[in-house]
Amino acid sequence: MPTATTIPVRLNGEPRQVPAGLSVADLLTHLGLEPRLVVVERNGEVLRREAYSFTPVQPDDVLELVHFVGGG
Amino acid sequence: MSSAPPAAAPATADPWADEPLVIAGVPLRSRLLVGTGKYRDPVTMVRALEASGAEVVTVAVRRVDLERRDDTILAHLDPRRFRLLPNTAGATTAAEAIRYARLARAAGLSDWIKLEVIGDPETLLPDVAATLEAARQLVAEGFVVLAYTNDDLVTALRLEDIGCAAVMPLASPIGSGLGLLNPFTIRAIKRRLSVPVIVDAGVGTASDAALTMEQGVDGVLMNTALAEAKDSVRMARAMRLAVEAGRLAYLAGRMPRREIAVPSSPTWGLLDSP
Repeated sequence: MPTATTIPVRLNGEPRQVPAGLSVADLLTHLGLEPRLVVVERNGEVLRREAYSFTPVQPDDVLELVHFVGGG
Repeated sequence: MSSAPPAAAPATADPWADEPLVIAGVPLRSRLLVGTGKYRDPVTMVRALEASGAEVVTVAVRRVDLERRDDTILAHLDPRRFRLLPNTAGATTAAEAIRYARLARAAGLSDWIKLEVIGDPETLLPDVAATLEAARQLVAEGFVVLAYTNDDLVTALRLEDIGCAAVMPLASPIGSGLGLLNPFTIRAIKRRLSVPVIVDAGVGTASDAALTMEQGVDGVLMNTALAEAKDSVRMARAMRLAVEAGRLAYLAGRMPRREIAVPSSPTWGLLDSP
């Protein structure tokens, strides 16, 4: 259940509640992801990796978390 | 009068040394470029990449699966050992391709991009108009663009004019393994372009790779031929040898084709018939 301490975001196409007050770097850690290996697009803009630590995750953010996979 | 002895050739000189394939000023040690998709497991993939001798390997950009925590390919590939060439696979519009390319560059490993915009889901043939549009934008943004395209000379010329670092016409549809369907169009493209021409997609087995290189192109890019071979590692080695063989045969210059036989043994000194 959503509580006052969580905010709604759209994460890789899915609605999701995440703790309030996180930076993008915090969110990746919260999700168990290695920030070094993940690229983040926030509301249609690609984030520079240096910005992860000071970019806040805000309510209704649309976040895409991508990485490299095998491909031709 | 004494003259200086001729300088000895370095002991390590390779008598078969070829000019390197140079893309955007970067000399590459192999003319074979390989994909990393569809291998049965990561260990097989890495062994196949090593057996292929390829330096450039393609990768795709996809959402992290937040439930399964699947590995990124970087867990298996050392980016200091292989030059990663991210692709825009999955894009069906110029805007999508540009988005994939920007995400790939933000990973911080490369500003090279294999531009691919698919125009038809059944044949996976490229959308040429969208490819040209995306190429223009990506070149303007400073990407090194290697553009996958049809085996169409005019499109290839336009991609070169736009500033693509390499043009990559198909041999036949992606994943088809049908081999080189039209050597004439590939030769025409190679003859007219100054940037490297790398045939991308459709090679099925070693003879396809050799035949492709015999047309004089600068390189070959393949994925499925290795990944779907019963023994991917052995096929990777075969492809490495085939690309080298085809390149050598092209440089050597083949004999003319004749519609009559010409004997190889002397026609004189024959024994009398009994």
